[in-house]
Amino acid sequence: MEKLTKNRVVITGTGIICPLGNDVETMWKKMLNCENGIGKTTIFDASGFPTKFCAEVKDYDITKYTKNPQLHQHSNRHSGFVIGACTQACKQAGIEIDSQSPADGIDRKRLGVYLGAGEGAVDNDNFFGAIVAGWNDENGQMDWKKWAEDAFEKMDADNELEQEPNMPAAHVAVLTGARGVSRSCLTACAASTQAIGEAFKIIQAGDADVMIAGGAHSMIHPLGVTGFNRLTALSIRNDSPDTASRPFSATRDGFVIGEGAAIIIIETLESAKKRNAKILAEIIGYGSSSDAFRVTDMHEEARGAVKSLNDAFADAGISYKDIEYISTHGTSTSENDSIETLAIKTAFREHAKKIPVSSVKSMLGHLIGAAGAAEMITCVLAIRDKILPPTINLNDPDPALDLDYVPNKPREAEIEIALSESFGFGGQNDVVIMRKFTG
Amino acid sequence: MTVRRAVITGLGAITPLGLSYKDLWSRLCEGRSGIDTIKAFDASGFTCQIAGEVGDFKIRDHIQKSQRKTTKLMSRDIELAIIASNEAFADAGLVTRATDEANVTINPAKTAICLGAGLISCDLIELAPAVAKSISDGKFDIRKWGKDGLDALTPVWLLKYLPNMLACHVGITHDIQGPSNTITCAEVASLLAIAEATQIIQRGSAEMALAGGGEAKVNPMVLIKQCLNKRAIADYDGDPQDACRPFDAKAGGSVFGEAAANVIIESAEAAEKRGAKIYAELAGLGQSNSLNADYRHLEKNGKGLQIAIEEAISQAGISPEEIGLIIPHGSAIACDDTAEATAIYNATNGKAENISTLPTKSMVSNTGAAGGAIDVIAACCAMEAGVIPAAKNFNTPADGCKLNIPLKPVEKKIKYALCCGYTYGGQTAAVILKNIK
Repeated sequence: MEKLTKNRVVITGTGIICPLGNDVETMWKKMLNCENGIGKTTIFDASGFPTKFCAEVKDYDITKYTKNPQLHQHSNRHSGFVIGACTQACKQAGIEIDSQSPADGIDRKRLGVYLGAGEGAVDNDNFFGAIVAGWNDENGQMDWKKWAEDAFEKMDADNELEQEPNMPAAHVAVLTGARGVSRSCLTACAASTQAIGEAFKIIQAGDADVMIAGGAHSMIHPLGVTGFNRLTALSIRNDSPDTASRPFSATRDGFVIGEGAAIIIIETLESAKKRNAKILAEIIGYGSSSDAFRVTDMHEEARGAVKSLNDAFADAGISYKDIEYISTHGTSTSENDSIETLAIKTAFREHAKKIPVSSVKSMLGHLIGAAGAAEMITCVLAIRDKILPPTINLNDPDPALDLDYVPNKPREAEIEIALSESFGFGGQNDVVIMRKFTG
Repeated sequence: MTVRRAVITGLGAITPLGLSYKDLWSRLCEGRSGIDTIKAFDASGFTCQIAGEVGDFKIRDHIQKSQRKTTKLMSRDIELAIIASNEAFADAGLVTRATDEANVTINPAKTAICLGAGLISCDLIELAPAVAKSISDGKFDIRKWGKDGLDALTPVWLLKYLPNMLACHVGITHDIQGPSNTITCAEVASLLAIAEATQIIQRGSAEMALAGGGEAKVNPMVLIKQCLNKRAIADYDGDPQDACRPFDAKAGGSVFGEAAANVIIESAEAAEKRGAKIYAELAGLGQSNSLNADYRHLEKNGKGLQIAIEEAISQAGISPEEIGLIIPHGSAIACDDTAEATAIYNATNGKAENISTLPTKSMVSNTGAAGGAIDVIAACCAMEAGVIPAAKNFNTPADGCKLNIPLKPVEKKIKYALCCGYTYGGQTAAVILKNIK
């Protein structure tokens, strides 16, 4: 029988386009400065919505990142972002882009793509316009012929195609020439953590040498904000957007929707050494589970979240006591922050209150499908710079939430092992554990 | 430690050919098509007015009483996935909490789920009354929508349309607590989901997995995307049943449909221990990308698909002539059929000329994220029966198509079957199934 391969998997590149800046170092500097990327919504007119603010990517220009922007000219907002994040990550890892005959020592058949990517925004004007054209409010019926006439005239083929959730991964493949194992998943807010976790397993098993993994998402569009507003999941603190994302605070009232793309290059230790790539950190464990409880609520005892944590410890071959920092999902919703705290207390037992845990969503907003990958990048930086990013806006502690949330300012700490966790609607739980690379 | 062998032990499908996988198989054998004029809505204003629709069902009849209220949160894609999952567990001889809470035979914590799902379009009729409240001067007014329209939607509106809700509802119904993933790679999603579930079993992250996919493409918003991109057939002569013609010289485009198909995958050891019927071993997986900046179509030479097929054959450790059946993607979009035929021919060193190749979409229709799993099920049935049904709507091979597409049923023992697929966007996949009898 075939032997089970277990390659060591290392991180050799990171890239980000996010509300705190369009590269990793800018984002990190702002985080350590306790800045946030939140402001009035400008992408569409949100002035009538319950929530009128969000965390937008600013000043993004795709032509800075690729010589062939025409290959991505129809891309939806998030597919555009992923080009920038991927180009940065590839540059750091020494992977050639925009090349028909790359000489970077990576066999393209062994280079894969795994994104946790969202759907694109609908073509708002034409989408709503067609409904207006076709709907008969008197009889409560849609005249599909009228709808189709309007839609066929106005909707654009490329725009409609680019809304498909596999398109960000398609653009990454065309940018990099990747011919290896490639998938895209969408498990709500856990998607990019799951993508990186599965990509880690693909490399560990020897099914690829290098994977471009991460996420891309923007739900800052009318239907996205509508959906989250109806679920009352978004903060409506319109008078103070800067302090609206306040994870673990007693006065938290919902998450702040963000957008962006975050990419991590991972590869076998052997491949990184062969290519003389600089190793940023090592991935050592992954756990994934589902609540199987309700689509509307997290399991009251955090059953699924605890299982994903325990499975990740076992996968990494370490104890809960070995974890020195947790980048939480920490959305600033009442439910998530309570259940997540319970999950940490359950899985980390007597150790729980000793571990610093923070939520960078307090500054970054919630990048939905791309959130986990962005947060994992902050773990890599925390290990590198020996400093933990803060949970800002934590001025009204919730008495029931009594972990060490690294409140309001960064903290110097030399850590070796960090954990990033993400939880998604429907009961999706994903955990990845990273370790400082020590050879 | 060694890599565990993963095997298929249960099948389930709801397709335009019937409400069970047995209907699917028997109608494939009869050469019946599930394609007809669209009944779900008035499609007379569409360039394509035909589709593969599933026959009548009531989702409440397929959900245990304790979970029945969850049906209110189910889009049609989710309903289809539930029905296919029920059949797959039952066919594998497994009891979950959906069938008998007191006598469950699966280990929920060690069961995984990995489903392919499409971009679920919201129900425009549900949205329309809210839009109607948001009109100023005859036009949609986004400010009014934020103030008045939005409140007309049910609070849980969004949760019906998140792609991961197929896996979440199926997971809740059957109590699946292990890894849960949703692959959103359009028409190759369920083949990739089966590949991922296989890897989950091989590496030991779960003992058992439900894998496959579902999508309801007979929806105005979903269909218009395919029409605008000229992937859906616009013109055809004669009967709708004869319209979808994969690899035929008269192939004029795809016909879309709705379906869900799931399989149970478990380790060979576990399956043998419980005496389960084994349909096939998942002997080889290949995954790659087509790199075409016209994201609608495969590269002309089919290279991205060729790489996936070669990798699957290599992983299975076989030579191409050992393959007894190929089920291709066969979308009936002429340029993609040609590219795929080239890929299959090249990946098999030309041996495909002698390998019976059965496109299923002429009968089942192009069901998006369900398609690959339907083909895996058809391959399992063909291996079990020792029969390859005749292809439908194939008379004259398209230019450059050197595939062996049977005009009459072929009786033979199939040792290995290949299922391959691709999608707009570019992801590709191939799976080699081994008949272990």
